[in-house]
Amino acid sequence: MRSPLLIIVLLLLPVIGIATLSVRPWDARMTTRIAASLTVVQLAVSLVAAVGYHSRGGGAFGLTYRRVLASSWGLSFDIGIDGISIFLVILTALVTALALLGASHGERTFVRWILLLNVATLGAFVTRDLLLFFLFFELTLIPSYFLIANYGGPARSAAALKFFVYTLFGSGFFLVGMVYLGVRHQHIFGGDVTFAYDELAKVALSPAAATWVLVGFLIAFGVKSPLFPLHSWSPAAYAEAPTAGSMMLSALLAKLGTYGLLRFGVALLPDGVDRVRPYVMTLAVIGILYGSGVAAVSKNLKRLVAYSSLAQVGFIILGMFSGSLVATNGAVLLMFNHGIITAALFLLIGGLERRRGTSDIAGLAGLQGPAPVLAALFTVVMLGSIGLPGLSGFVSEFLVLLGAFNAHPWWAAVATTGVIFAALYLLWAYQRVFHGVAEGDNATVADATIRERSVLAPLVAAIVVLGLYPALLLRTIEPSVVTSVTHSAVSHGGGQ
Amino acid sequence: MTTIATLIPVLPLLGFLSILVLPHRHGSDRPGWIATGAVGGSFVATAITFVWLLSHEGHTVVISLFSWISSGPLTVDAALLLDPLSITMCLFVTGISTLIHLYSIGYMHGEKDFRKFFLYLNLFVFSMLVLVLGSSLLVTFVGWEGVGVCSYWLVSYYFTKDSAASAGKKAFIYNRVGDVGLLLAMFLIFTHFGSLDYLTVLSQATVVPLSDVLALLIVLALLLAATGKSAQIPLFNWLPDAMEGPTPVSALIHAATMVTAGVYLLVRMSPVLDLSSTGRATIAIIGGATAFVAATVATSQKDIKKVLAFSTVSQIGYMVMAVGSGAYVAAIFLMVAHAFFKALLFLGSGSVIHALHGEQDLRRMGGLQKYLPITFPTFLIGWLAIAGIPPFAGFWAKGDVLTKVYEYNKLLWVLGLLTAVLTAYYMSRLFVLTFRGDERFRDITHGSDPHESPWVMTAPLVILAVLSALGGILNLPWVHGTSLAGFLAPLVGEEAGGVSHGTEILLSLADAVAAGLGLALAFSAWRSTSPWPRYESKFFEAVWRWDDAYDATIGRPAQRLATFGAEVVEPRIIDGAVHGVAGTVLRSATGVRKIQSGYVRHYGLAMVIGTALTVLFLVARSW
Repeated sequence: MRSPLLIIVLLLLPVIGIATLSVRPWDARMTTRIAASLTVVQLAVSLVAAVGYHSRGGGAFGLTYRRVLASSWGLSFDIGIDGISIFLVILTALVTALALLGASHGERTFVRWILLLNVATLGAFVTRDLLLFFLFFELTLIPSYFLIANYGGPARSAAALKFFVYTLFGSGFFLVGMVYLGVRHQHIFGGDVTFAYDELAKVALSPAAATWVLVGFLIAFGVKSPLFPLHSWSPAAYAEAPTAGSMMLSALLAKLGTYGLLRFGVALLPDGVDRVRPYVMTLAVIGILYGSGVAAVSKNLKRLVAYSSLAQVGFIILGMFSGSLVATNGAVLLMFNHGIITAALFLLIGGLERRRGTSDIAGLAGLQGPAPVLAALFTVVMLGSIGLPGLSGFVSEFLVLLGAFNAHPWWAAVATTGVIFAALYLLWAYQRVFHGVAEGDNATVADATIRERSVLAPLVAAIVVLGLYPALLLRTIEPSVVTSVTHSAVSHGGGQ
Repeated sequence: MTTIATLIPVLPLLGFLSILVLPHRHGSDRPGWIATGAVGGSFVATAITFVWLLSHEGHTVVISLFSWISSGPLTVDAALLLDPLSITMCLFVTGISTLIHLYSIGYMHGEKDFRKFFLYLNLFVFSMLVLVLGSSLLVTFVGWEGVGVCSYWLVSYYFTKDSAASAGKKAFIYNRVGDVGLLLAMFLIFTHFGSLDYLTVLSQATVVPLSDVLALLIVLALLLAATGKSAQIPLFNWLPDAMEGPTPVSALIHAATMVTAGVYLLVRMSPVLDLSSTGRATIAIIGGATAFVAATVATSQKDIKKVLAFSTVSQIGYMVMAVGSGAYVAAIFLMVAHAFFKALLFLGSGSVIHALHGEQDLRRMGGLQKYLPITFPTFLIGWLAIAGIPPFAGFWAKGDVLTKVYEYNKLLWVLGLLTAVLTAYYMSRLFVLTFRGDERFRDITHGSDPHESPWVMTAPLVILAVLSALGGILNLPWVHGTSLAGFLAPLVGEEAGGVSHGTEILLSLADAVAAGLGLALAFSAWRSTSPWPRYESKFFEAVWRWDDAYDATIGRPAQRLATFGAEVVEPRIIDGAVHGVAGTVLRSATGVRKIQSGYVRHYGLAMVIGTALTVLFLVARSW
């Protein structure tokens, strides 16, 4: 199956869901069931698409389809997937399904927002037209905003507004850069204005112009990712959002930032990359250390994960800006790995919050006693995040650091110390939450339910399998990274 | 044959999985027997592989299982490297693991988390075997971190105890600092050799020219890795805390196997170490200093396991010093001998603790000699072995190390000899305080006599005692015509036979005198225990105030810095800038009143639509 129809089906499934739920008010169970089954189908279709894509040989875009929607505006429906985007598509379907199954109360509007967020994110990942990408990118703001503002914690309004305004502010810079590219293209090649990726890739900008456009993209996607120091919306948003929202924000929307940066920044503007590289790598390394440090002293588990994400995203951006094939492969792999790990962490923390009414570390203690299975699940996910070899996080982190070290040893060497801090803040939090003696309400906490176990099982399985057999993803990722980012497997590689 | 060799690591993994999956009745000993069987089977597989390897050309076989990572120029297979070094390690690791598993069935009987204990223990053995059998640095790293995390779980096994939870965390973090060293070493090695495979790297070490600085950096990075895992200065002080784990864990992980992994790594990379004489000298000094410092600390500890822990640190210091001196075989010889007698001493102390209902304080022991008819004589052998009394294993092994250190550097040799006196002293103190003198335990046992442990616990003691007594034979060619040195030599290069036969005998004599001196000092000093605190030093007892120094110079400043980040930089600077900008924008906007009156969502929607319209406008105009 290599038809672009698959992608269209992927996009239609959540739309069907929204429509079905809008027809009449189903009860909560049925609502969840409808939405979840559609996303499970979506997951299956995305896997078929991945196999279909890979069987063709990989590298360039596959399953492509293009139709001009409005030639005078340069808007075209231009879709396709490659080794960089396909796993993010799978991730989107997977995380949405698990968010619905594990963290949804079945309220109709809530579920519709989730589905809208799903289609917007997915649309951004499969589109090859920058304008269309921008529209999907902006569209994600609406459901995210309402998920936080209407279903979040006590400080939800402020968090939602901050998230909204901040991301919107950032995306303006993408808009300007994109329009500039489109105008330049029209200037050079004539004809209708276009924002098609393949067309814009032909535009040769002066290094100075490329740098300015890239800086714009860096602000837009740096906010979304987030890249230090553009992250201040994320702790509030992750902490205030409902569990399903935190999962989708951190696992998926953040990837929209790193994905956009790789696809439209690093791949499209290599001259700009050469100029900003030392600055971006420095910010990435600061993000790793600073994020880890603040995570260590965070008083709330969700905020801790938010800052830990800042550190993880630091590794992703370090890898993709290092110019090394090995490190870029690692960065793409890390996007997926961070997605599953952070989704699992938010699911687990959401479970704790549901039991104890808080995710403040001070309110939790000794939970391993009453809830050993929950503790064990948390441990595996935590070790995946720490980067324990044999689990998924390690391979990607190692590739990023190894590749980056080859090209820029000092940055990589400093970033490597991040592995100490990751262990520090997670183990310390684990000790305070799970070790010790459980007293009061903590002593009667229920262990993981069947539903929790089955929702977490695929994530834990993915963490283990991808740690032992990363080739599953890497063999599809690498050709596309070579084709569209590094353009060379030799000169940019590590080693001789 | 390769199937049997593959079984070496696979059997403990299967043990782990079956304990994980199979249902177990609470209170059943079955998980213990499954785990012991799995590791015992692994020992048998190792023995068969060993015999096979002896007859194999070049004694080296690589078994590739599957391709693990392939990215750009980096390819790493999940593969096992069988050679004299790895098989030697496997033999003593699986052998001692089997004994300690057996012992644990008795020691842990009735524990609430009995099953979990053996789950971790089997996973540990699997990781340890991956560590020593891995055919590349990266596969070794998998085992390296695997043993680290098992150690974390087992140290914080009694997780409701705050001290145990903290100790587990501390062990993991200190190890992680060392891991950064191993990661950097891998990056450097890959950048310059283009591979992480041992055979490729080591064969190129003498061919590919390497600048002095680079060679030094690689050696120092490897040393950092070793100091973390093998508890050497400056990362040694997690090991005494790790004694919070159950005693069999201390014996297996924190004495016999895992903590020697750093030494293994250094010996494995010896052709690379030889490229930097400055690097080797640093290794020797670190080892010598650790051996001495830890021995002084051991003289003043009151907890029986703490004495043994610092003794382990000190003994590994000897091994590291040997590596630095280029005496790779001597380092491995001492590692094996030490595994025998230190496992014996830990298990013996476990038997004592068991008899005294969990008491670990030397001040409340004494006179146990007549109540523990098996523990006592076996412990006696362990004590004589570690003290360096001939003809027990420790005498030969430590003697080999000191002879080679003498050739390398006389000053270090003096330090080593001084440490030998201290070793004999603190071990004799421990022995006297535990088994001899007046009975100070009566209020713990409520007046009754302590009992000897069951056979599953004493049988391993007897076997280890035999090994500790006779272990020296391993490297005594005149006994059996072949030797450890001859077996390992092709890997680590021929050792220069520097000293004359006469000098060698004199040096051995010096070792024996040092041991005797330490013994005599301890026996005269600790003949009587009242008044107690004699011949102890507060400074030594507090580990030279090492933890306090780290706390003051690294721990507290780092925490202050992080708190400053969280409480000042985040809200005031990073968020402050955002609020400043946002505030200005919003104030000037006409929507301010609506925001304040709660129409946030409308405002937001308007912004999105506005942006979309802007796009279209811009596009239309540009066209």
